[in-house]
Amino acid sequence: MKQSVTLGKVTKFMGLGFISTFKDLFTGKLEKEDYKAFLRKVIVPVASVLLFLGLWHLGANALYNVEAEFRIEKALNEQGQVAADEMAACIASGDTSCQPNTLPSPSQVWTSFQSLLNDHALISADKVAFKEKTAALNEKRVAEGKDPIVYTGRPSFVDQIFRSLKTVFAGFFLALLIAVPLGIFIGLSPTLKSAFNWFIQIFKPVSPVVWYLLVFMIVKTLLIDSSEDSSFSISFIAVGLCSMWATLVNTSMGVSSVDKDYINVAKVLKLGNFQKVFKIILPSSLPLIFTGLKITLSVAWMVLIAIELLAQSPGLGLFVWEEFQNGANDSNAKIIVAMFVIGIIGFLLDRLMLSIQNWVSFEKTDAI
Amino acid sequence: MAYLELNNVYKTYGTDENATEVLSNINLSIEEGEFVAIVGFTGSGKTTLVNLINGLLEPTKGEVLFKGKPVEGTSHERGVIFQNYSLLPWLTVEQNVLMAVKEAFPKREKAVYKRKAAYYIDMVGLTPAINKLPKELSGGMRQRVAVARALSMKPDMIIMDEPLGALDALTRGTLQDQILNIWGKDKRTALLITNDVDEGIYMADRIIPLRPGPNATLGPEFKIDIERPRDKTAMNDNPNYKKTRNAIIEYLMDIGEERKSQVSEAFVLPDLAPKDFVNQFR
Repeated sequence: MKQSVTLGKVTKFMGLGFISTFKDLFTGKLEKEDYKAFLRKVIVPVASVLLFLGLWHLGANALYNVEAEFRIEKALNEQGQVAADEMAACIASGDTSCQPNTLPSPSQVWTSFQSLLNDHALISADKVAFKEKTAALNEKRVAEGKDPIVYTGRPSFVDQIFRSLKTVFAGFFLALLIAVPLGIFIGLSPTLKSAFNWFIQIFKPVSPVVWYLLVFMIVKTLLIDSSEDSSFSISFIAVGLCSMWATLVNTSMGVSSVDKDYINVAKVLKLGNFQKVFKIILPSSLPLIFTGLKITLSVAWMVLIAIELLAQSPGLGLFVWEEFQNGANDSNAKIIVAMFVIGIIGFLLDRLMLSIQNWVSFEKTDAI
Repeated sequence: MAYLELNNVYKTYGTDENATEVLSNINLSIEEGEFVAIVGFTGSGKTTLVNLINGLLEPTKGEVLFKGKPVEGTSHERGVIFQNYSLLPWLTVEQNVLMAVKEAFPKREKAVYKRKAAYYIDMVGLTPAINKLPKELSGGMRQRVAVARALSMKPDMIIMDEPLGALDALTRGTLQDQILNIWGKDKRTALLITNDVDEGIYMADRIIPLRPGPNATLGPEFKIDIERPRDKTAMNDNPNYKKTRNAIIEYLMDIGEERKSQVSEAFVLPDLAPKDFVNQFR
């Protein structure tokens, strides 16, 4: 039995069905009645994006004017008419020293995005050059039994994204390794359930910040002898502990609520306990487990930013915080760039989990 | 001694005041190689009776004997076909059957399992769908997988709990023939639970009505003296068939009447009239 894999199937499977509509548009495969669907699926979202950008632009302009007027007024009140005129001229000239600091407009954000990419290209080139320069020396050092010299320049924005992804996946796998087995045991045994229930109920609503502090207290002491930077371990453990609850609750619920018919089948076939768990209970609770994992991943991504910020662990969270502290002219625009990147990556992670969930689930779920 | 025996079996759910006696004083004996049908209304405790026999439930009072020994838990000797198929939706047709084969015949080679599974899947005519998932099959095909799964364990007795209840008349007919064919080959003992009198008459040697619960108990048995193989159309003219069918239906109708008269206690409705909202605001 062979099934052909088409673009339409793949994109629909991943919950990105609008891509195939686009393809149909360019290949001229759209029928007359498809135009209605096309209008709804493509035109309406595009229009709403444009509307959003327009409102944003207007809002940013208004805020800019408020800020500029305030500065001129302040100069007038404190230093007199001459200073006020100077300030007005300075703002109008676009000089960076006196620009109003407020919500950036879409075009400013776009410029910042490009400058961040340029910055990444520069840093990457620098890294390559550094590697070439130190290649011979490093070989010698390794031969002598010393550590090779590594690049210690500042990370680029793209590097920060990958650091964040690394942290979030480390945290996610930690959550998976703790929550899934624990959830299975809790789901199987009512005794364990009552033993753990208070624990789950109390710790589930705890804020990410508090989790971070708790993990910090423990890991700091555990790694007291180590000279290594513990910020990565602290942040990924905190992310994992924060986000594992959805998986824990869903897994235990899935395991304890297996369809009675399947349990009867297990009894009639006289499956052993081990077989019953692995052949009946686990497969039938897989969809719920993956729903839990999907929530866990999105929660992990959401709390990651706050935790990186607190832990001073490199990544998008730290990037946002440093830009905020930096207060440079384009800092606000860079923060907004980071916001969009965070949102888009969060969306893609969610789709990734949805695809995996669809793949393991025996009852196909539609994309939400 | 009978192959399967139920002696004064009672089954109660719940305790104390909340207790409902579903089955009371059930006596049944089935000989080896016999095909017995139990006919009853929905909700009369048919599934409870089946679960007592296959070992999923234990009687509150009385004993269930299989080959002279009390039934303790389920056994591979009694194959069960459930009312709602109960196939595992994440396994293909072959894997569903393989699972049963592996449990019933431990420690064989993989090829042996595959051959056995293929044999039973072929028996119910599902070889073309061997790699399909249950959700890709029609109701009738699913039930045939369930039949293949139950038979693949080579049970000494096969227990069917309304196996064809959810199927349309045509599929029902073909499946009835298929089950009879398989049963005819090695004359295993069979117990069929159904709500369809015609199905019972067509398939079984004996029909026993189950009087509706609570406190359900078995009625008098009706022997079906029609030679096998039976032919559906020819059977309609058989005087024996007409007589038995009428007797059973009359009996069931009487029970129904009895039941109705029992609940004829009048409930007086409170004298309520809707408030006149319209006039109130005039």
